[in-house]
Amino acid sequence: MADHIEWVALAVFIFFFALVTVMGFFAARWKSGPVSEHLDEWGLGGRQFGTWITWFLIGGDFYTAYTVIAVPALVYAVGAYGFFALPYTIIVYPFVFAVMPILWKVAHKNGYVTAADVVHGTYNSRGLELAVALTGLVATMPYIALQLIGMGVVIKAMGLTGEFPIIAAFIILALYTYSSGLRAPALIAFVKDIMIYIVVLIAVVVVPYKLGGYGAVFSAANDAFVAKGGTTGLILKPGLLLPFATLALGSALAAFMYPHTLTGVFASKSADTIRKNAILLPAYTLLLGLIALLGYMGHAAKLKLSSPNDVVPQLFQTLFPSWFAGFAFAAIAIGALVPAAVMSIGAANLFTRNVWKSYVNPDITHAGEASVAKITSLVVKVGALAFILFLPTQFALDLQLLGGLWILQTFPALVFGLFTRWFRAEGLLLGWAVGIGWGSWTVWSNGMKPLASLALGGESYTFFVGLGALILNIVVAAVATVIVRMVLPEEKSAIARS
Amino acid sequence: MWMLLLVPFVGLLWVPFYNFLEPSLFGFPFFYWYQFAWVPITSILIWLVYRSQPHDEAE
Repeated sequence: MADHIEWVALAVFIFFFALVTVMGFFAARWKSGPVSEHLDEWGLGGRQFGTWITWFLIGGDFYTAYTVIAVPALVYAVGAYGFFALPYTIIVYPFVFAVMPILWKVAHKNGYVTAADVVHGTYNSRGLELAVALTGLVATMPYIALQLIGMGVVIKAMGLTGEFPIIAAFIILALYTYSSGLRAPALIAFVKDIMIYIVVLIAVVVVPYKLGGYGAVFSAANDAFVAKGGTTGLILKPGLLLPFATLALGSALAAFMYPHTLTGVFASKSADTIRKNAILLPAYTLLLGLIALLGYMGHAAKLKLSSPNDVVPQLFQTLFPSWFAGFAFAAIAIGALVPAAVMSIGAANLFTRNVWKSYVNPDITHAGEASVAKITSLVVKVGALAFILFLPTQFALDLQLLGGLWILQTFPALVFGLFTRWFRAEGLLLGWAVGIGWGSWTVWSNGMKPLASLALGGESYTFFVGLGALILNIVVAAVATVIVRMVLPEEKSAIARS
Repeated sequence: MWMLLLVPFVGLLWVPFYNFLEPSLFGFPFFYWYQFAWVPITSILIWLVYRSQPHDEAE
């Protein structure tokens, strides 16, 4: 990494960072509403975002800064296996198209702000509501911390040392999220996404041109993997096919269970907005695939890296003029702000609606909800910052991995109720507990690896633990529901369903 | 029409379909350009289902 400060890159970086900061504070007036008077305004931007705003917002918070750093890093380190991100972010959209408009309608009709609101409304179970809310909160915290790690990588690349820059950036983010709510990341997402598109489209044309074309890029990567051996390679080694596919499927089912993606869904103005976005959002997947290829370009450029995470910043510093590297780093750092803001808002909405309102103050006013959420968003961000400053980075990575597994276990409670009223809350709660318990224990006992093996008929199958836990979760929920339905045939708890 | 939404799952999750280097296209091994190709194909499939359903903006 740079051992001196890259002044040109830093100047360009600071210019764009200042620009989005001003935008963040002005966002409160954009499509203006009474931001502090109602949680729908602060936490969902007034539920009025149309197709393009939603496209930028969901695109901006689903494809995070950490993705831009970590996906090429994984591809650089292991090759084809890292590309599971591509099938994952393709098959997620047929799912979004089929399910999310129905979820939006339920939320819109009843004024729900969070997934746990929907679950409570469907099953009238405080226990299941709390389970979904806590899972969302716990899964989101390390995810915000990862955005800081992504930002830290590019700040370090410009030669800045110490923790002050990242603390300063995060305080600015916290303040304008506090004052503008979801409008801030929605507005900033325009700038961030256009910058990322420019950076990536230029990189995927110019870099192979400098390195001798895509054929040369792939062959350089192949040479590196042949030398490295193990399970690395340009295509998957035999034992990796099932892990690749199950990781893609499990991640796709988990993606829209997270508070930050659901916030984007709930903030859109119509079910049709979401349908159109399911058609248009794959453009970001194309971008992600191209970003992943930067990992191979790192091999072709013969970078010497201290950590695979440095592959993207190093590539830009080696092959581009300083001002363009600064532009690229600004794009990545701003790319961290959008998801971090939406994640903290999603978490704040959950805490306000499903912990504070349910347990502390059931008679809270709309303005009261907005102010509790605003303060919670600050607490959540300070928590994520403390995470990065005081705990080892690996801890955040491990927790984020477990978070993906945990959030996937809320899938039956949230999604099944949209299609059938057969399941009972008790069954879903037990399934959730068993899925989380078995999944966490399995990942932990395998040394924080997300894969588990199952011997079946003399063959050993290795698969993504999260998906295995989800199947177990559904089986337990179904069996428990059968038993509960025998004991209590009348569902006395149900309230009118939308 | 809704069955079209399952096609990308089959095409991408059955990895033995595409875990090859050849034939390559513009320097991209088959494994890569096959997955890239599914991005526009999936958009088109979803659009076909969207077009076949009644919908209105206010909904």
